[in-house]
Amino acid sequence: MTPAELALFERRLEEIDRIARSLGLDYYPVRFEVVPAQVMYTFGAYGMPRRFSHWSFGKAYHRMKTEYDFNLSRIYELVINANPAYAFLLEGNSLLQNLVVAAHVLAHVDFFKNNARFRRTARDMVETMAVHAERIRAYEFKYGREAVERVLDAALAIQDQVDPYTDPWAREPEEEPNLPERSPADGAAQDPYADLWALDRWLPGGTGEERQESPPAQPTRRAFPRRPVKDLVRFIAEASPILEPWERDVLLMIRQEMLYFWPQLETKIMNEGWATYFHTRIMRALDLSDAEALEFAQMHAGVIQPSPHQINPYLLGLKLFESIERRWDHPTPEERERWGRQGGEGRAKIFEVRETETDLSFIRNYLTKELVEELDLYLYAQVDGHWQVVEKDWERVRDHLVQRLTHCGIPYIVVEDGDYRGRGELLLRHRHEGWDLDRRYALKTLEHLYRLWGKPVHLATVEQGRERVYVFDGESAASP
Amino acid sequence: MADRLLVVSREDWSLHRQGELDQQRHQEKVREAIRENLAELVSEESIILSDGRKVVKVPIRSLEEYRFRFDPYQGEHAGSGPGGTEVGHILGPARPDRGEAGPGAGPGAGDQPGVDYYEAEVTVDELAELIFADLGLPNLQQKRRAHLENPSVEFTDVRKQGLQANLDKRRTLLEALRRSARQGRRGLDGIRREDLRYKTWEEHHRPIASAVVLAMMDTSGSMGTFEKYIARSFYFWMVRFLRTCYRDVQIVFIAHDTRAREVTEEEFFTKGESGGTKCSAAYEKALEIIDQRFPPAEYNIYPFHFSDGDNFPSDNVRCVKLLSELLERSSAVGYGEITSSRYYRESTLMAAFERLQDPRFTCVQIRSKEEVYPALKRFFRRTEPVPGGLVG
Repeated sequence: MTPAELALFERRLEEIDRIARSLGLDYYPVRFEVVPAQVMYTFGAYGMPRRFSHWSFGKAYHRMKTEYDFNLSRIYELVINANPAYAFLLEGNSLLQNLVVAAHVLAHVDFFKNNARFRRTARDMVETMAVHAERIRAYEFKYGREAVERVLDAALAIQDQVDPYTDPWAREPEEEPNLPERSPADGAAQDPYADLWALDRWLPGGTGEERQESPPAQPTRRAFPRRPVKDLVRFIAEASPILEPWERDVLLMIRQEMLYFWPQLETKIMNEGWATYFHTRIMRALDLSDAEALEFAQMHAGVIQPSPHQINPYLLGLKLFESIERRWDHPTPEERERWGRQGGEGRAKIFEVRETETDLSFIRNYLTKELVEELDLYLYAQVDGHWQVVEKDWERVRDHLVQRLTHCGIPYIVVEDGDYRGRGELLLRHRHEGWDLDRRYALKTLEHLYRLWGKPVHLATVEQGRERVYVFDGESAASP
Repeated sequence: MADRLLVVSREDWSLHRQGELDQQRHQEKVREAIRENLAELVSEESIILSDGRKVVKVPIRSLEEYRFRFDPYQGEHAGSGPGGTEVGHILGPARPDRGEAGPGAGPGAGDQPGVDYYEAEVTVDELAELIFADLGLPNLQQKRRAHLENPSVEFTDVRKQGLQANLDKRRTLLEALRRSARQGRRGLDGIRREDLRYKTWEEHHRPIASAVVLAMMDTSGSMGTFEKYIARSFYFWMVRFLRTCYRDVQIVFIAHDTRAREVTEEEFFTKGESGGTKCSAAYEKALEIIDQRFPPAEYNIYPFHFSDGDNFPSDNVRCVKLLSELLERSSAVGYGEITSSRYYRESTLMAAFERLQDPRFTCVQIRSKEEVYPALKRFFRRTEPVPGGLVG
């Protein structure tokens, strides 16, 4: 954009602001920054304007930048969840593209501000991550780049394994010091409320099964951790016997960054759908020339183009919001009668949805048969060396999407024993929910874990219906 | 305006290089990984058969970002069609399932799990540089030094002063146009002294001598595709390496069974023949070619012979004798024995050559693709650096 176009953009931005507010959007202040492609793709790869250095970001940057250079893909915009929010515009964007992007961005920021899952995200993460970057850089000076890179490699390998669902800094309640080890068996004899202990199995991390009574002669070993722990990164940072303080610090920084990104992983479809819904509404309300209207139509069509091999979150999210709005604006007689829908509540309903749902519940609660058919959604699988459509039933499609969105599509793994076999080894358990792990990746990840834990690491999982335990013992990986 | 909620700004980002720097680190790691896997890469089909393509893709396993993830090949995936898609509709070919042939179908491949390689793009030149880092020209003789060094002249620079004969007319003209443009005049406005540009040369001390590779191969019935592929990989890098040391490298292909003849490259690597093996025939042919076309005083001669070692025992004595003659004329002579069979055996020819104690002679055995690189390293082992720096 030329300086003249930039000034024009600023003027029309005021108009967009007015329309967006009249539509009900409620956002933080936004700083729009025009950046060259190289910077845009750097931010895209790192997820932040300033973040620690690691070769994997370089790899991502190179791939994205190359795709841009060959005109295969293009990021128009990048928006950072912060207060004030930051939005980056690509230098090569035309004026109209930037108008669409601005409208899109305002809806994103509204979503960041109002969706319940973002309630706890740190709104000063831009500064925090810059501080992390400085600290990691200082560690590089002090302990050497190789040493820091080794820790980062390992930390990034397990960064998905955090616990975003509970208070991130809550501690396990301190155990009462003088009580003897409890077991459900002897508890029953002394304590009138002992049967409550049996309910522990329904707590998060419990087995859900009746506990086997252990023979009383066996010495009881204190369980460590007392209850399976979901936050692997924090567990390692706090309990690893071998890490230096600075290495623990690196792990906890990575964890904090991951916890910040987690709600974005959980609301990709909603967030993009919301932004797409509002950029169309805002652009319709703007006074566009014929050429601009055409350019917008073209750009919008590109954004919501369906893809045969994956779900386009922009398209699915947009259609879902529109469908909800329609169904609450014009309820069927049955819906009026059974659910007491008045009609005309569409806009209010979608604002409620954007506040309370995540992708998972969004799809589960609102994806209808009509929509699955309209979007021609299907499931495909490998059949005889080809990808082939194998399922069209709308409920199966919906349930599949829900399952894939569960836990952001990341395997759910807990620390079961930090003193496995009484030797200080680590035992993890994968809660198998229908999909096996990628074995080669799992074994390699165990190697990274071993570097952080210092003793053999085990991962119990299920592979093709059979219980398996993957092990890395410091020399070789095995899956007996 | 402090109360404005939406602000637009543009700053100077020209010094922002974090992405580039981390990409460099990534590239470094790619090179490290390549260096570690040279033995495998040297015989990588995509390179040997690249036919002059400049960039090849090489699989690199150590640069994947491992994490706990689901098996990407298991189960179903969701997609959306243009409308009216039916069950059974084919979307396209899938990638091979786990466990099926990995890269290269040579012996030993196929039992490695996973096909998810990260493929790095490298130029053949980059790869060559890494491979050649450990190679040197063996046993160069002092007497050739005078011959090898000869300054050559290359025009590499442009200066404002120089010999009139070396005037760079094109650049001078451009300079004149630029100057007149700067002064606000269109077109050419005469040529002044400050516009003149001269080509200037640098002297390079490059060996002018040429090298010739005498590629000999047993094409008797027992040499299969694998054996020929090994020989091909070896000669590919051998010729490439010699080209970095000599201005001109020729290669002569000699195929033999019981008789030897000079053939084209294509025939050499593709034509199968049958019959017994008489290696002395090849050596005779080589000697004949050297004496006719490549006087040792002018050429650095590198005969290399691949065979599976099944020679007529009665021929061995003659082979040793002819080989000694070849050695007198050559810079280095190599004999490579390719045995794809799993059991180990020492051939009669190999045993006969063991007795030769010439430092210019190298005997290697290659049993798998991975052994091509060690063989190259043994043949082109760095010996005492020759004073004067022979390699340009």
